[in-house]
Amino acid sequence: MNFFFEVLIGGLLSGVMYALVALGFVLIFKASGVFNFAQGAMVYLAALSVVGCMEHGAPLWLAIILAFIIMTLFGIATEKFVLRKLVNQPPITLFMATIGLAFFIEGLAPMVFGSEPRALEIGIVDEPIEAILESANMVISKFDLVASGVAAVLVTVLALFFQYTRVGRALRAVADDHQAALSIGIPLQHIWAIVWGVAGFVALVAGMMWGARNGVQFALTFTALKALPVLILGGFTSVPGAIVGGLIIGASEKLAEIYIPPVMQSAFGGNFGGIEGWFPYVLALLFLLVRPEGLFGEKHIDRV
Amino acid sequence: MLYREAGQFKTTYAADQQLFPIRQDRLGVIALLAIGFVGVPLFASEYWFSAILIPFLVFSLAALGLNILTGYAGQLSLGSAAFMAVGAYAAYNFQLRVEGIPILVTFIMAGLTAAGVGILFGLPSLRIKGFYLAVATLAAQFFIVWCLTKFPWLSNNSSSGVISTQKMFIFGHEFDSPREKYLLVLSIVVFLSLAAKNMVRSSTGRAWMAVRDMDVAASVIGIRLMPTKLLAFAVSSFYCGVAGALYAFCYLGSVEPDGFSLELSFRILFMIIIGGVGSILGSYLGAAFILLLPIFLDIALPFFANLFGLPFSTATVSHIQVLVFGSLIMFFLIVEPHGLARLWQITKEKLRLWPFPH
Amino acid sequence: MSKQIGDVILDLQNISLRFGGVKALTDISFNVREHEIRAIIGPNGAGKSSMLNVINGVYHPQEGKIVFRGAQREKMEPHMAARQNIARTFQNIALFKGMTVLDNIMTGRITKMKASFVEHALWFGRAKKEELEHRKKVEEVIDFLEIQHIRKTPVGRLPYGLQKRVELGRALAAEPSMLLLDEPMAGMNVEEKQDMCRFILDVNDQFGTTIVLIEHDMGVVMDISDRVVVLDYGKKIGDGVPDEVKNNEEVIKAYLGAGH
Repeated sequence: MNFFFEVLIGGLLSGVMYALVALGFVLIFKASGVFNFAQGAMVYLAALSVVGCMEHGAPLWLAIILAFIIMTLFGIATEKFVLRKLVNQPPITLFMATIGLAFFIEGLAPMVFGSEPRALEIGIVDEPIEAILESANMVISKFDLVASGVAAVLVTVLALFFQYTRVGRALRAVADDHQAALSIGIPLQHIWAIVWGVAGFVALVAGMMWGARNGVQFALTFTALKALPVLILGGFTSVPGAIVGGLIIGASEKLAEIYIPPVMQSAFGGNFGGIEGWFPYVLALLFLLVRPEGLFGEKHIDRV
Repeated sequence: MLYREAGQFKTTYAADQQLFPIRQDRLGVIALLAIGFVGVPLFASEYWFSAILIPFLVFSLAALGLNILTGYAGQLSLGSAAFMAVGAYAAYNFQLRVEGIPILVTFIMAGLTAAGVGILFGLPSLRIKGFYLAVATLAAQFFIVWCLTKFPWLSNNSSSGVISTQKMFIFGHEFDSPREKYLLVLSIVVFLSLAAKNMVRSSTGRAWMAVRDMDVAASVIGIRLMPTKLLAFAVSSFYCGVAGALYAFCYLGSVEPDGFSLELSFRILFMIIIGGVGSILGSYLGAAFILLLPIFLDIALPFFANLFGLPFSTATVSHIQVLVFGSLIMFFLIVEPHGLARLWQITKEKLRLWPFPH
Repeated sequence: MSKQIGDVILDLQNISLRFGGVKALTDISFNVREHEIRAIIGPNGAGKSSMLNVINGVYHPQEGKIVFRGAQREKMEPHMAARQNIARTFQNIALFKGMTVLDNIMTGRITKMKASFVEHALWFGRAKKEELEHRKKVEEVIDFLEIQHIRKTPVGRLPYGLQKRVELGRALAAEPSMLLLDEPMAGMNVEEKQDMCRFILDVNDQFGTTIVLIEHDMGVVMDISDRVVVLDYGKKIGDGVPDEVKNNEEVIKAYLGAGH
């Protein structure tokens, strides 16, 4: 039982990391209806910018600020040169454009900052928390705990930002109805640029967490792929959905990885590891069949 | 002056509904086929067959399969490579386990197996659309590749799922030279392209396009959405499956599950975006473009680097390749969403008027 | 009028439809007789389009009975309505934008085409014969609506009025026994309206098609329809021949406001 909880908690904590990436998706989708496949590539770019700047002698705090500037500029450029030109195109076209964007970043970022895997030191070590190890005999990573703290702070800040600032209100208005927002004088493109900036910031936080945990390398772009089933589970438009979805995906894939292979092995023989590679997708797919709008998404009625 | 339809009057509906209603198009296609079947085999070198022509045809077929699903029926899939993998492994297993099965039957069975799997993963399309569906197809991509790696029976117990394809015999003749393989692939691809063209110009294709353009209206005029979408998934996966079998048997000779990665699925998607979504010709143009671009960059980039005296590494070439792919996708979606096929069509319309455009 | 109005073929009894907490239709009953032109009128948001959507199965009412040609209908999907020869057009044109006029109208005959996709792929058996047969029928519709000149044009490039006409063509191609028209004349100029009126009357007259019509132009409605049902806020407030409805107190109130 102890082991079960250890796996469960470990899974939940890594689910928080997925949720961090999923948050970026939700922000952009809510405000502009764009499903941004490049979010994972942006995480990669953000982490690379930080280590890149540090390699050129910048201290951590400066590197973070520089990376934030890079991400914001990048977001604004994306809005201006790509998405603005695709206004009124069907969502699926925008989606494919962001796949193109993802490739663009994945080519550009390592050209600028180098492609070899590097470690990112942000002063937190990935080791078990001793108190828990001693009292409950469970291995819970200190790093994961800090990461979930960071995620909690980020979500709170975002929620406050949306709820209480002028820009936040405008953002919500835009998310609700583009036309109506435009007609009461909210500058749409301005708002979209801000959203991309915020998404860049979220990518930066996610990139630093993931980078510090697994090293800064190309595999960071795959975090986006894991965030997709999270979104399906949580609904594309819901911030709490992204968090809950992340937790469910994180916990279930770790449990599946531990408990399914032995069963399959005794049935078929051979080695059946690596289930976490597809389990979230199949889970999301099955979930879609039951509840297509996600846990927190809104049910959509087709008007004809 | 040459490309004109003036004077070609259609007096029957049959004449108006031909495969290629304009005479010059008909002649053009016949000329192309003649070159493909006679001209190329006479002159092409072994390198051309095995490094360019065969992969070009195989990828055209896969792109055609994806185009049927995405371009005509409007269902985006990010799992084409997985369906190719199903085809490749099915073909291998039919050859391995069914005594004396003819190779062409094997390819058909490979396609049918892929079609079956395609229907299974197409089921969510009944409830979800757009990028929700795209994400669902990722499940196919990862799950299928994992299965092929982990179930040893599928690869006849070879390590990490690598298979080496069997020899191909048709009426006792072995197809082993690149030239013979090329002709085999060409015949299959031409046949399947004609079949696709026939489907999309008949009520099957109209039902697909109706579902793509407006599914509520489609169901109101009596189209049943479920069978229509699933048929698109089945036919599309059939094409991808056959393409996968040819990829293994006629192009590489030995494949592993990881070769059918998400990366490959994306490449096939890029082919139809650049070539032309919803165009059969576009599938060919896109495949050629995506295949030739890296070859071109491999040659051109070092040349320019030397010219300007820039430092240069192979890693940079591959980064630039990825960057160029991404830029092109965005460029085409913004500037010409119907791809190269549309550009060709515009050229033809200009030609019709040439040299008196007013 | 020369035509013979027949028996009741569609009987709607106590229909109620809700979307979550929103009541779109409340306890509505009316019927449609064979060969008649039946208009549904009412202010915006009265539930007229929802009514049509209920008739051809796009929406499923929570309460009420629908009897079509003597058979009570259980939960029905739109494609089944098409198979019972009910065709319709939409308020916001619902043509297939990527296809030509000819292909759009050809889709109207899809329920009558029996060849399988294998026959289509190999172009043998019924495939070729059917295409030609149905093309002929479709050309008749094209002639009827006087749109020969645009048959190979993608519908996305056509002006609004013509798109409306093509949509009518797609519905007619199915040779429906009942035709549901959702604001067929909205956004048209006088000339286009006259053309459309002529087509509707011709269809009704020549083919005996029963027509259920939503329209805002009162002049047109009173002119061409046999009976009119009036909805307001999802409730029925009037039903009868045009003259009756015109003088109905409640209808006047709904249209002119409570002050009058």
